[in-house]
Amino acid sequence: MKVFIYPTNSLILSDLVERFGHEPLAIMQEIGKKVRTPGLDSPPINITPEDPKFGLKYAAVEVPSGVRGRMSLFDSLIADAEAAIVVRDPVISFGCMGCARTNELVNFLVRAKKIPMLEVDYPESEEEAKEFVYKISGFLKSLGSRAGEEEA
Amino acid sequence: MDTITKMLVINSTTVLPSDVVIKLYESDADVSIKETCFGVMVTGERRIVNEVLNKIRRMDPYGIFIKERGLTPGEQFRCRATRRGGARPGFHNLEMEDKLLPHIGSALRALDKGEIPEKKKKTKKLDVDKLKEIIIQETEV
Repeated sequence: MKVFIYPTNSLILSDLVERFGHEPLAIMQEIGKKVRTPGLDSPPINITPEDPKFGLKYAAVEVPSGVRGRMSLFDSLIADAEAAIVVRDPVISFGCMGCARTNELVNFLVRAKKIPMLEVDYPESEEEAKEFVYKISGFLKSLGSRAGEEEA
Repeated sequence: MDTITKMLVINSTTVLPSDVVIKLYESDADVSIKETCFGVMVTGERRIVNEVLNKIRRMDPYGIFIKERGLTPGEQFRCRATRRGGARPGFHNLEMEDKLLPHIGSALRALDKGEIPEKKKKTKKLDVDKLKEIIIQETEV
């Protein structure tokens, strides 16, 4: 199953999703596509004429271009997501690097999609990490069994 | 051909990035390898990279963490050598998560042993009204 992760560049979430047999949907894949596509001058800074259209699906033209640009990258991730694991208030989402409005919009869209979703907090101690990993493994295993039931 | 780059972040007491690199050379797979301070980056065809890294993970399943990377190592758009220094995109989150990796490693070990963690009560954040009350009380004194 394709599992959307937030923060979208998280090493821990990406690793855990892959470890438990699912496919993580992470921003690195989209950046990789931009980098490998021939014809872009300095990817991923440049965008193609198609990209603003993907951004406009989610945000109006008067919305800051940064939000639309980011949404053009998130578009296929959100569209393909069959489940989601979201970390609440990650440190990385604070400040200009985070783009709070995009993060809010992404979280809203994932919730609005009504897909199976797990919300967790980043652990700060070993005990919290055990609970974090236990919850994620349980969630991912339940997705596996659900997919199996559907196939059966 | 679908070429990808994956990065291995190593947080192990037994495995060093150089050990992983030697294992990768031994595998004779058609991949490019770059050893870094935090681990190794591997570039190649998706199927080959995934196959090789699944074997590498077995060297220390609780100490090797893997994720895909958008840019290949030394990519001019992002390489610090050509951009005159500065953190590359994604570094700050990687740095933050790197500190958690020992905890995640031991949590994975506990999970494999079948340990069920106790549910801890979360301490709630301070309510704004409560904070206002405290401020008023403190200013009155």
